[in-house]
Amino acid sequence: MSESRTLDVGSLPPGAFGSRSLMWWGTIGLVLIEGTVFALAIAAYFYFRTRMAVWPPDGVAPPDLFWGTINTLVLLASLVPNELAKRAGEHVDLRRVRLWMVVCLAFGIAFNAVRVYEFAHLNVMWDHDAYGSIVWVLLGLHTTHIITDFLDTAILAVLMFVGPIEEKRFVDVEENAAYWYFVVLAWVPMYGVIYWAPRLI
Amino acid sequence: MKRPLELPHAAEDVAMLEATWAEPSGFIGWLSHVDHKSIGRRYLVTAFVYFLIGGALAALMRLQLSRPDSGLIGPDLYNQIFTTHGTTMMFLFAVPVMQALGIYFVPLMVGARSIAFPRLIAFSYWMFLFGGIFLYVSFLLNAGPDVGWFAYPPLSETLYAPSRRADVWAQLITFTEVASLATAVSLITTVFKMRTPGMTLNRIPLFVWAEVVTSFMVLFAMPAVMLASTALILDRLVNTHFFDVEHAGDALLWQHLFWFFGHPEVYIIFIPGSGLVSMIITTFSRRRMFGYLAVVLSLVSTAFMGFGLWVHHMFATGLPQLGESFFTAASIMIAIPTGIQIFCWIATMWSGRIEVKTPMLWVLGFFAIFVCGGLTGVMLAAVPLNTQLHDTFFVVAHLHYVLLGGAIFPLFGAYYYWFPKITGRMLSERLGRWVFGCFFAGFNLTFFPMHVLGLHGMPRRIYTYSGTMGWGTLNMTASLGALLMGCGVILFIVDALMALRAGDLATDNPWGAGTLEWATSCPPPNSNFIRPPTVAGRDPLWDNPPDQPVIVGLRADVRDVLVTHVLDAEPDHRVEFPEPSIWPFLTGLATTAMFIWSIFTPWGVVYGALPVFVAMVGWFWPSRPDEGGTQPWPIRHRTLPRPNEAPAPGGAI
Repeated sequence: MSESRTLDVGSLPPGAFGSRSLMWWGTIGLVLIEGTVFALAIAAYFYFRTRMAVWPPDGVAPPDLFWGTINTLVLLASLVPNELAKRAGEHVDLRRVRLWMVVCLAFGIAFNAVRVYEFAHLNVMWDHDAYGSIVWVLLGLHTTHIITDFLDTAILAVLMFVGPIEEKRFVDVEENAAYWYFVVLAWVPMYGVIYWAPRLI
Repeated sequence: MKRPLELPHAAEDVAMLEATWAEPSGFIGWLSHVDHKSIGRRYLVTAFVYFLIGGALAALMRLQLSRPDSGLIGPDLYNQIFTTHGTTMMFLFAVPVMQALGIYFVPLMVGARSIAFPRLIAFSYWMFLFGGIFLYVSFLLNAGPDVGWFAYPPLSETLYAPSRRADVWAQLITFTEVASLATAVSLITTVFKMRTPGMTLNRIPLFVWAEVVTSFMVLFAMPAVMLASTALILDRLVNTHFFDVEHAGDALLWQHLFWFFGHPEVYIIFIPGSGLVSMIITTFSRRRMFGYLAVVLSLVSTAFMGFGLWVHHMFATGLPQLGESFFTAASIMIAIPTGIQIFCWIATMWSGRIEVKTPMLWVLGFFAIFVCGGLTGVMLAAVPLNTQLHDTFFVVAHLHYVLLGGAIFPLFGAYYYWFPKITGRMLSERLGRWVFGCFFAGFNLTFFPMHVLGLHGMPRRIYTYSGTMGWGTLNMTASLGALLMGCGVILFIVDALMALRAGDLATDNPWGAGTLEWATSCPPPNSNFIRPPTVAGRDPLWDNPPDQPVIVGLRADVRDVLVTHVLDAEPDHRVEFPEPSIWPFLTGLATTAMFIWSIFTPWGVVYGALPVFVAMVGWFWPSRPDEGGTQPWPIRHRTLPRPNEAPAPGGAI
């Protein structure tokens, strides 16, 4: 190869949003991994179901609907500030990024707090039987995600207040919002399984 | 944007570029490396050390089994040895070593300056290293796992395994899976977003295809075993009842989850091996791969089908007959894509001009061994024969023919092929032939008799057998074969050490290969390519016209990396990559403490998570030591393109 021609990439922008960015691919990778864990845990739930004549076994009452349903609504409502934070990030609008991330965090505190009541109203302990074990693991898995996602978001929000602000941080804001979408949307089937499967099947 | 180059790069620019991409020195510096070549080398060496230890354990087993009624090793220690051997070879060697090759070579083969998420790769390495140390420290403390590399409950439940041994196994799984998941995400992103301009999807080298397909399998397979091992730890630690039949649990659920990971695992090991075979055959047949598209589609369809036959590991558990028939059909069907690959390889060699250098020798050995293993695989896919041979040495023979044939032979070929790339020195062709000869003969001598032993009914995982069974001669043969194999491996180490000291210096492209890792010096400079190449064909060093453009315009003062489009690899934007950092190491340490702590008490997860959190914040927090004065608002203008904006001009090739 004689090096007579060149491809000058110097004029390309130093970053991009969405699926063009590397961060998007990293986030998607994480989503695929976590989504597979959720799907397999749900599969295990129904595997246990096929082994039992009555469900929940042993005359255990299904989890109380109230707190779970409240939390589902809170989680779904958090998608609004989340989308607004995402858009603010995509417009490199620092003021609105700060505003909507703080609102997201308020929602985060709310749904983490309600989650405590959800555990208290599962009506079964993890060491009662396999049904209790899988229900606690399903709810525990999702709880791990809402705690860690809250902490991620909190750290990023602090960074957006105290700086140093770099442009690539806005890509992080966008991808953080994308992961938040996953955590909330993954809850919908989880909610159906934990709260409605014992009533409907 | 093609235009004549006016000036060659100034020497000070090259010096600055190399200084930018240099890794820090000193002990703390050494712990802070993030360069994929540095991490890849460590990964390769560490995995090889685990291979040697796992091999030594195998040698102990062969010593014990070489004659009947041997009292050398008792049943308790023997259980620990075979479990630790299997666990090491699967989780600490076969999977990581293939990923390690990916870490080192994928960025070079796609013409990138770095792997995506370099700090994540560093973290992955530390988790892998600490996991192995954890296993072997436990082993030396007489707490080595003893429940088989698959740890079936109820044997692995507290009732039958009251000590910490089973916990060690379960937690080792967590270590290694975290490491391989992190690597998989990095490799996928590297291959999809960081290929050099011109390397469209249908020009990706086959080894790189193999790595990316494998990485996707890792994403979907590893979560199953992580979920299963977590459930096992919960059963043992906080009295959940996942696998406890008395409390509505089900031991078979373990087998489903484990083999939903375990069968794809076989292909996670074999697919990179087949990528190595394609690469070595192409180079030493002096022609392009025959049926490139068919081979790529075979890799992808093998990956899909690999998830649909886990139940054939469970034929002996009494599943419904319909299930058995389905999984028999699936197990036989997966031979089709592999067969297509084999025919493509044969066609490539047939129509090429073969040079039998040492790497090619290992590939020829691969054919013989792997085809035998595949044939016994088709046999075992039939339920009646499977039931008869279940848990006998026939299965041991089969799995070693498949795994060593499918992965270790290509891997040793790759060691010979890529050693000059990594070290700048050639291994000896003469010694290489001896290594191959010892290993090939020793391998067949060891494992072929095991087919016969299995047919005679010798069960696996027994620490001794009675002289009246008549298995003594074949076992002695197998043990002598293992000795010969061991000699081959020792000879390889001698060869490598001698080459490092005084081997022939390698030219940039010693084999006359066509892929991009040979488009730079041996070993590569810090920045991989002083002037990154673009490509105009599948084998750029063979296909590129003499005036193929090189890339200019990447900054030399920061770790500037080019990001391209997924399908056609057109230039899209640039990204500044992170500097070396101690935090991935510290995060690895904190995570290790949390994992080990949580074997003893569930509170270990809670309190252990705090240091992990602190370390991750340290990892993420930007450090801007000397940007020149305080500049609280570096945003001066919006340079990031909006989501729906057309890609910035970069020029097509």
